[in-house]
Amino acid sequence: MNEINITSAQYVSFLGKNISVRVIVNNQTLDVPLDPDNRHYSEIMRQVEAGTLTITPAEEE
Amino acid sequence: MALSRIQNNSYEDTAVHGVRNLIINGAMQVAQRGTSGATGNGYNSVDRFRIASGGTSQWALTQTQETDAPTGFSKSTKYSCVTAETTLDAADWAGIQYTFEGQDLQHLSYGSASAQSITLSFWVKSSATGTFGVSLFQPNDSRIIGSTYTISSANTWEQKIITFASDTIGIIDNVNTEGLRIYWLLAAGSSYTGIDNTSWKAYAGNDFADGHVVNLIDSTSDNFYLTGVQLEVGDTATPFEHRSFGDELARCQRYYYEYSGANSDWLGLGNVYQTDQVICPVYSPTVMRALPTLTKTLDGSSEWLTTYDGFTGTNSNASTSLNSKGTSTIASSYIYITGTGRSGSDGQCHWLTIKTGAVLHFDAEL
Repeated sequence: MNEINITSAQYVSFLGKNISVRVIVNNQTLDVPLDPDNRHYSEIMRQVEAGTLTITPAEEE
Repeated sequence: MALSRIQNNSYEDTAVHGVRNLIINGAMQVAQRGTSGATGNGYNSVDRFRIASGGTSQWALTQTQETDAPTGFSKSTKYSCVTAETTLDAADWAGIQYTFEGQDLQHLSYGSASAQSITLSFWVKSSATGTFGVSLFQPNDSRIIGSTYTISSANTWEQKIITFASDTIGIIDNVNTEGLRIYWLLAAGSSYTGIDNTSWKAYAGNDFADGHVVNLIDSTSDNFYLTGVQLEVGDTATPFEHRSFGDELARCQRYYYEYSGANSDWLGLGNVYQTDQVICPVYSPTVMRALPTLTKTLDGSSEWLTTYDGFTGTNSNASTSLNSKGTSTIASSYIYITGTGRSGSDGQCHWLTIKTGAVLHFDAEL
């Protein structure tokens, strides 16, 4: 009942390690931490596992 | 007082003390996001209460905080239909959602023979009369129960009281994620009505609006006010438990807070990581439920940040990423900011302020 319409997703890295996912939802940028308890991250991973969303690698720092 | 005057059964005090009301912000006092907000699903105005809907929606709902309230309350939240859909598709639905953490409901003892019934009371005022549905959804085990209430007079405050039976089967996990949702339905297509949910049952994917009749999104004159929401253990509704604004604000900030640039407020002191990249620690007012999602509202120049070294500031729409140094320190996170527009040497300190009109939002809602 709580689906989110994500149009793009990309990792953000710091010190060579992914620390968040930057996603676009309804033309708004969300910086989502890699916390399974975060509802946005949980929904991102659900869509990734469902094969409907791909997270692109982070740009080089 | 003579000892003989003290009742010898005074220890048999069975009244429920402490926090009776399991709802946060039930009197709709706190609206950190503002008294009015965006349309559509999500937390748009009053804290902890969100617009929820599904289907091929052509309609649009807004949420606002209002001073129209029944006696004993000063605020309410209002849901207004700003784009109507005169004929509902079967799979259309719209409602108001409140969500609890599972760890806050362990005393209900769901999934055991000791499970407790709960009573929901609330004040409503609607532009339309008729039968409305309310349902509880327990996501851990995907369980549901529903009930209905009747609004008998349009545009008139009425209090409704509904007791839900205990669930001796479904277990609410002891977690900081979702434990239970309440839905106040405003509209429901035929796919969701007519499937009995008057006792706890396994959720079948569409049985959450049994008995709901009113379509409150079929006219731009439609509106629905809500306040005085209380959920308590037992089968009796007690008077609303009023809490101070500060108390409710602190509870709400476990799920959401924001840094506003109303007065070019400080974000903090950042340390240059390299060139125009800065690391800035941030401290939330309370320990948040989870690491929050960070979003930004930009000012009229499509910027949010001013970076200073000395007296000179540079405005930018720098990118952000929030992280924590440890999983147990959600109150102490840092923001990795890139593209400040102001180069610095590694380790140099930069002052960071939020531009007037811009806002940083920290969202750990359920």
